Amino acid sequence: MPQTVEKILDHSQLFNEPEYQELFERKKQFECGSSLEEIAKQSAYINTWEYREKNLAREALTVNPAKACQPLGALFASVGFEKTLAFNHGSQGCTAYFRSHLARHFKEPCAAVSTSMTEDAAVFGGMNNLIEGLQNAYTVYKPKMIAISTTCIAEVIGDDLTAYVQNARLKGAIPQDFPIVKANTPSFVGSHVNGYDVLVKGVLVNFWDGKTRGEVTEKINIIPGFDGFAVGNNRELKRIFGEFGVDLTIISDVSDQFDTPTDGEYRMFDGGTTIEQVEEAINAKGTISMQKYCSDKALDFISATGQPTASFHYPMGLKATDDLLMKISELTGKPIPASLEKERGRLVDAMADSSNWLHGKSYSIFGDPDFVYGMTQFLLETGGEPVHLLATNGGKEWEAEMKALLATSPYGAKAQVWAGKDLWAMRSLLATEPSDFLIGSSYGKYLERDLGIPLIRLTFPIFDRHHHHRFPTWGYQGSLRVLVTVLDKILDVLDAQTSKTGISFDLVR
Amino acid sequence: MAPLRQIAFYGKGGIGKSTTSQNTLAALAEMGQKILIVGCDPKADSTRLILHAKAQNSVLSLAAEAGSVEDLELADVLKSGYRDIRCVESGGPEPGVGCAGRGVITAINFLEENGAYEGVDYVSYDVLGDVVCGGFAMPIRENKAQEIYIVMSGEMMALYAANNIAKGILKYASSGGVRLGGLICNSRMTDKELDLAEALSARLNSKLIHFVPRDNIVQHAELRRMTVLEYDPESKQAEEYRQLAQKIHANGGKGTIPTPITMEELEEMLMEFGIMTPEDENIVGKAKAAVVA
Repeated sequence: MPQTVEKILDHSQLFNEPEYQELFERKKQFECGSSLEEIAKQSAYINTWEYREKNLAREALTVNPAKACQPLGALFASVGFEKTLAFNHGSQGCTAYFRSHLARHFKEPCAAVSTSMTEDAAVFGGMNNLIEGLQNAYTVYKPKMIAISTTCIAEVIGDDLTAYVQNARLKGAIPQDFPIVKANTPSFVGSHVNGYDVLVKGVLVNFWDGKTRGEVTEKINIIPGFDGFAVGNNRELKRIFGEFGVDLTIISDVSDQFDTPTDGEYRMFDGGTTIEQVEEAINAKGTISMQKYCSDKALDFISATGQPTASFHYPMGLKATDDLLMKISELTGKPIPASLEKERGRLVDAMADSSNWLHGKSYSIFGDPDFVYGMTQFLLETGGEPVHLLATNGGKEWEAEMKALLATSPYGAKAQVWAGKDLWAMRSLLATEPSDFLIGSSYGKYLERDLGIPLIRLTFPIFDRHHHHRFPTWGYQGSLRVLVTVLDKILDVLDAQTSKTGISFDLVR
Repeated sequence: MAPLRQIAFYGKGGIGKSTTSQNTLAALAEMGQKILIVGCDPKADSTRLILHAKAQNSVLSLAAEAGSVEDLELADVLKSGYRDIRCVESGGPEPGVGCAGRGVITAINFLEENGAYEGVDYVSYDVLGDVVCGGFAMPIRENKAQEIYIVMSGEMMALYAANNIAKGILKYASSGGVRLGGLICNSRMTDKELDLAEALSARLNSKLIHFVPRDNIVQHAELRRMTVLEYDPESKQAEEYRQLAQKIHANGGKGTIPTPITMEELEEMLMEFGIMTPEDENIVGKAKAAVVA
């Protein structure tokens, strides 16, 4: 008996007990596996340059893409609006995946509904599902707004959202004036960053179309983009704007939705940008996007109204935060507050204090295009040397921007940019040209295990560590936390490496 | 009992595919064969001459009423007509919505799973127009139709369509068992029609299995929602369909892998027969007024 009522073993221990080990051994004969010798041979082969060449030439197959599909981004953006129900037109499984993906990261429930298209809907079109779905969702959940996104099935058969929604209104399934925003988000094109963009634009189109800019207010709009650290980052943005004394409208603010308190009340909706704020946002002084690739289309639409826009690439570190603050200052005409200048000084101080540990460390980074850019920029400031920079959903434009960034620093000389490649490609890259550390999402843990390159979790999705998203990564304060996360890993690894011999296993680092 | 023969009729829309197939299948039924017709056309008009009915309840229209395909019974969709020929229509969405191709897939899967093919000698699929997407290729996929018969005529567009269908068959022929059974020319009385049909058949590595002459009796029968075989079994045209039926019956396992030709080759062939005149590069893309000037 490996465990008794008095002594319950955790599963990580339990299955290592002899009873289970014996069972696994006996099971092997039915698994038709390869011999240990063969496995060892193959394992060695996939670490070679020869395999790397083959792997990078691979076209027909994607293995572990570091991206998700469009509707995930749309759903994420939807719930950033006040009492807005994310409404996904397609089969149930799609919506279940989006919900679980977000819930696993934020450790919060994520409510969303599906039109539950079945075989019949695929053949006859999903109009009835959409109309009935709207009626049910409106009646049961009483949202203030419904945000529709689509999936592969609806897009392949060409369901016409505009006409269907119009029919739903004519049939009285939903009131004539009930706000419904629409985003066409086929999963087989683009990624979650595009889906985010399309939905945010859909919201703006719905409330701004046919209107012109009136008297300009003192406010600034911010589009945060798809961000796993949104809870911490959006609140940090509000704090920064508070220091400036500038009114801020975050267009899609998920910070409360993905951080509801446990106080006995279930909140299906919490916080979020209100419809009034969205309507007013057309008159703002300007709109700043924190992630360019998450807002290309939305910014184009905003620019067309005559409103100034600016975009950043997930600003972390000194220069990126400097640029952001100067842009806010430029748009509002207000000086950068002394309190923030002091924060900058503290970040510089921290970077200087730790520079002997940070200098010359090499990193490989994967994630969304904006994150990889922002992370690279910050690491270059710490004397870090990027090696492999990979974005599965990055394109030619991103690649060119990355190369231009790397050219600004001598530490960027050795870096290679990999647009459109997946994590299986990253495995080959790291096996042949390793870096000291790997920065990315939880999906990097398999690379960490296989290649022994320590993983630093700094981007969505982080499934296997808790609560990181509650702390910011943007601004000087956020950067400080990113710095500490990187430093902790560097020093933990050093301790582990030196603990056996005792040489350089120092109390003071 | 002989093994189940599965065949399919393809061809350009309006070529007389359904008429030819129903008459031929009626003749096969006369020969004592038990037949199931699967209409794969959203218009659901592939079996009207057998059933004397305009359109029957299709698999998909009933599924839509019942809520899902799983709630359907085979008996609801299977109707018997002339000489006990069993008929079923896949049906499909209204023009402009949904996905008709997916409808064909759904319907055929339903029929197979519910044993519609038990106790018959022939299953015949009647498929709309061109092989426009994967759904309409369902009958030529693995373990479905063994032979495809392309209904065509001497008209240029019918020849194009025949060649395109051959391309569709080739795709599946290399991996599966489907073969081109032959071409059936449904005469439109165009110039050199027989020669052209034979020439195209040869180019496609197939044969012209039968040349069906034009006869108004077909229209007379159609007005009565009947096959010629039933309307006037003694007629000359009925005899033509009997011949075609016998040829198809004897053609089991004799299909070929088609060798579709390129657009250029097809046009060259049409020029050989004087159907197309050689292209004058100088007139291409020029409006009437421009040519006059």
